[in-house]
Amino acid sequence: MELSLQTGTVADRTILRVTGEIDVYTAPRLRQRLVQLVEEGTRHLVVDLGGVEFLDSTGLGVLVGGLKRMRALSGSFALVCDQERILKIFRITGLDRIFTIVPTEQEALVVEPDGEAPEARSDGGRTVPPATDR
Amino acid sequence: MPTVRLEFSPAPAHVRTARLVAVAVARRAGVAEDILDEVRLAVGEACSRAVALHQLHQLKDLVEVEMVDGPRFTVSVADRGPAETRVATGSVPDPVELVADPDTSFPAPSVAVGMGLALLTGLVDDLEVSARSDGTGTAVRMSWPVR
Repeated sequence: MELSLQTGTVADRTILRVTGEIDVYTAPRLRQRLVQLVEEGTRHLVVDLGGVEFLDSTGLGVLVGGLKRMRALSGSFALVCDQERILKIFRITGLDRIFTIVPTEQEALVVEPDGEAPEARSDGGRTVPPATDR
Repeated sequence: MPTVRLEFSPAPAHVRTARLVAVAVARRAGVAEDILDEVRLAVGEACSRAVALHQLHQLKDLVEVEMVDGPRFTVSVADRGPAETRVATGSVPDPVELVADPDTSFPAPSVAVGMGLALLTGLVDDLEVSARSDGTGTAVRMSWPVR
């Protein structure tokens, strides 16, 4: 399925809803949109991967690029995903350790700029919120 | 003799086609449904790697994919890039270091290459990268059990 990107705003967060396949062919479009959002002033971004059917290493590279840009600007970058087959890709590559991944957009809205969800604070300073352990 | 053989010009748009064909042939060969996602991802990564190598070295040669239906379902993805078998060493970047790296080129090339290798080694138990016997290039061979 073709990649589809939709942007919305909830509270002070920009939500980018991604649907379809993120691969070597479509990842440049995702990259372009992320760059555009940063240039437009977005500092708190939630990327909802709920509708993503396929994600490869090129897509991961783009998401890592987005995370790095947001961190450099002292912003926040959270991923929404509850699909086991996508979460597995983050685990295999160890990227689950650096991304904040939560199962719903609702939970992503409370992610703080340093990349930690408030509830993770009481859990021994873990860098990944408990929700990613699903 | 391969069950299905596919050749495509080294363009990202064709990688999806290769993935779709691989999954269809794997399903027909008797690969379990819960492994098909791994086949899809691994074949996609191997083909993306081949396309990237051809583009890097400005090669117009076709990327060759062979799928053999036997005691195991075997897929081989062959390129014409200079021999490079780093995948066998499992030299996977540390994600924490990657993000700490001040290089903000987007995406960092090291992430794309490193993550592809990490995914392949992490996904496929039976993975082998070897020099092609018929000239320059490498072949990534992967196999999965059939029922």
